[in-house]
Amino acid sequence: LLLSLTQVDRATSPLPVHGDAWPSLDQILSTLTFQAGFNTSIVVIGTTLLGVAAGIIGVFALLRRRALVCDALSHATLPGIALAFIAAAVLGADGRTLPVLLSGAAVTGVLGVVAIQLILRFTRLREDAAIGIVLSVFFGIGIVLLSVIQQMPTGNAGGLRQFIYGQTAAMSVADAGLMGAIALLACLATVLLLKEFAVVCFNDAFARVCGWPVSLVDLGIMALVVLVTVAGLQAVGLLLVVAMLIVPSVAARFWTERLWLLVIIAGVIGGLSGYLGAATSALLPRKPAGGVIVLTSGVIFMISMICAPARGVLAASWRRFRLRLRIAGEHILEEAYEHREADGQASLSAAQLRALARLRGWPRGLRGVLVVILRLRGNLTQTTDGGIVLTSQGRLAGARISRNHRLWEQYLISYADIAPSHVDWSVDQVEHVLSEPLVRELEAALERAGTEVPA
Amino acid sequence: MSDAMSTFVTLDLAPLLAAVFASLACGLLGNFLVLRRESLMGDAISHSVLPGLVIAFLLTGTRSPMVMFIGAAVAGVATVVLVELVKRLGRVEPGAAMGVVFSVLFALGVLLIRQAAENVDLDADCVLHGDLEAMALYWFPPTEWDAFLTWSTLASLPRQVLTLGVVLIVSLLFVGIFYKELRITSFDPALATSQGIHAGAMHLVLMILVAIATVASFEAVGSILVIAMLICPAATARLFTDRLRSQIIASAVFAVGAGVLGYFAASLVPALFVEEATVNAAGMIVIVAGLLLVVGAIASPSHGLLAAVIRRRRLARGIAVDDLLAALFRLHETGQTELTRQRLAPMLPGRVLDTAAAQAAAQGLVRAEADSIALTPEGLEAAADIVRRHRLWESYLVSEAGVAPDHVHDIAEMLEHVTVQPRTGPATDPHGRPIPPSES
Repeated sequence: LLLSLTQVDRATSPLPVHGDAWPSLDQILSTLTFQAGFNTSIVVIGTTLLGVAAGIIGVFALLRRRALVCDALSHATLPGIALAFIAAAVLGADGRTLPVLLSGAAVTGVLGVVAIQLILRFTRLREDAAIGIVLSVFFGIGIVLLSVIQQMPTGNAGGLRQFIYGQTAAMSVADAGLMGAIALLACLATVLLLKEFAVVCFNDAFARVCGWPVSLVDLGIMALVVLVTVAGLQAVGLLLVVAMLIVPSVAARFWTERLWLLVIIAGVIGGLSGYLGAATSALLPRKPAGGVIVLTSGVIFMISMICAPARGVLAASWRRFRLRLRIAGEHILEEAYEHREADGQASLSAAQLRALARLRGWPRGLRGVLVVILRLRGNLTQTTDGGIVLTSQGRLAGARISRNHRLWEQYLISYADIAPSHVDWSVDQVEHVLSEPLVRELEAALERAGTEVPA
Repeated sequence: MSDAMSTFVTLDLAPLLAAVFASLACGLLGNFLVLRRESLMGDAISHSVLPGLVIAFLLTGTRSPMVMFIGAAVAGVATVVLVELVKRLGRVEPGAAMGVVFSVLFALGVLLIRQAAENVDLDADCVLHGDLEAMALYWFPPTEWDAFLTWSTLASLPRQVLTLGVVLIVSLLFVGIFYKELRITSFDPALATSQGIHAGAMHLVLMILVAIATVASFEAVGSILVIAMLICPAATARLFTDRLRSQIIASAVFAVGAGVLGYFAASLVPALFVEEATVNAAGMIVIVAGLLLVVGAIASPSHGLLAAVIRRRRLARGIAVDDLLAALFRLHETGQTELTRQRLAPMLPGRVLDTAAAQAAAQGLVRAEADSIALTPEGLEAAADIVRRHRLWESYLVSEAGVAPDHVHDIAEMLEHVTVQPRTGPATDPHGRPIPPSES
């Protein structure tokens, strides 16, 4: 790149020089609402469909852990494009027709996937190395073939280079139509095969035992991936088409644990990125659609990863924080309950509270917060000297935790053969998550074994 | 200096050096990526340094190598950290995490490049496959050998060659000095940590070097060669050896071999078909590296396909001979010393019987006539040996492993071929047949 960043005179720049003129609001609105001419609308609709198809099929590629196989596949399409062009030129046909080039791309793409399987089957190399080898060697073959085309009398590889980085601007209506049609086909096939895909993705061993043709279904998934990849070559280019497959599905994964919802969300994210990318690139000619599409889905991915309520980072840390607070609070109740007097009065002095905080390694300030929370919940009252006294409700809660502790302890000693001196630590973590039914089961198990059940 | 030599030096020496330096530097570092099962980190980094370079350029306005290297190193570290973050915080599987991070960063780089193209010519294609051939135009070497090894000549080499030379030296030093640390952190990071070696830090430094090698190679050989050289030579070497030291040496040989062969193939092979034709040299080097790997996968004496086929063949033949001898011995026990082939047919399928009989006859273990087979004295000894092993295994399986007597035959049938013979043991097997005594 040091070389490629060569400063050149503006006048001799090979790139058309545009001002950074932003399109007017009218232009933006008309493009987004498909009013900006037939061609633009077709390209935008086609790219949107492609985004939806890639998002949907990407879910299954992701669940089958094939994300990077898709990357190798898309790189492996380059020699196919070049070979198809050469073959057509040798036969005297126009090599630049899209169906011819895309068929070539599909053939070598599939060959690439087959090559990965062969390397895995017949050598000791691991999947990462196999993917990297296929990706780079196939792409190298493609580069060499492109340089061959450059030297052919009829050849001009210029038209082919758009497949590397993608160029929606160069698409004809027929091209966009073809892309949209392939995408639509892939969508339909996925929806029809949803059940088969789901079974294989969740438990392939179980599916095989139940008589499902697992390899055939896998083949179907990869075939759809090939279709989508090939369809996306012209719009986003082979370097970025893999992102259209995996980014939406990884982003959607943060929002839900249900497969059908995952498919829908991934489709929506993919479609939205495709739509925005194609529209932006129609408005700003120097913004390549591929980049905008991937960046849009990248932003959605970031938002999803941080904010999604199901598996997002914020939601997960909030849940962890709440659990930590609850456990710490329960430790106070338990400790106070175990220090109860003969008359049933359970209390802790300020010094005892401090000792508990030190023992549990609570950060400074947490002790005060916990006491306030427990008081607001009606579990304890505060004394004037900084100590606490449990209310009847607090005593009940403390009794329950204390009993859970001893139940689990008894269970570990009598069933898991753990030395009595070693049980305490692990019990401290388990006592908070024992559910009611589990407590009943423990009681029953201990009774059966003739062990004393804690009161 | 002869004319041909002078033409070679003028036209080919500089690009050839660049190709070999880049291949060797990447090939060395790649060993540890392949071992860590992070081969694709090279792929990821070579995609994601793009925004690092453009941002470094946009911030400073210069393209000096130092600025570019810092941009690349920062981007490399950012990639590693982001992949790790997405993997851990997002609970995303490693492959997908890597794919998301590098493709989004690459998209950012592509957009930024177009943005910056306002005042610089950014040839995105060049990033992919480099421009080795153009390098010859920048260098006017001395015409006499004596003048070669002087500082001024070396300093007049194209900048890309010098940069790659420095990167190669740094990689060599890194691998040489930190060999022990790299080895232990690659194989067992937990053990490394317990020994006081910071596994994470070694990982980061390795990734920074990969990023720097990527950038240094970009303009000369292109990113595709970097990705291939980070994986192919090390993977090929892994097919030949199980020792890290010999793997590194072998990978260096393969890297240099691919660089030299590929470079010359690019200009010589097409010329066979069309006069004066050449193809992209970086691409050709990658193809040669791939071919070396295919050859290694097929022909490696230790892990190759051919070797495996031959080993299996040999084992199968040895087992067939064992089976023939054992069958003859069992019939011998019943008093039949000369056997027709028909009598043996139920025990050994025809084709196996023929090859086994020929093999055993060649070893002097049986006398094979047109349709009768008999054990020689040596053959009888060898056959007693095999049956002894078989029956010893049967009695072991029944008495020690608790297998039912009517189930042990098939297991013993497999184990009899691969065991050394114990000296003592019971006199009869679980079915009451005598176990032939040990010879010695």
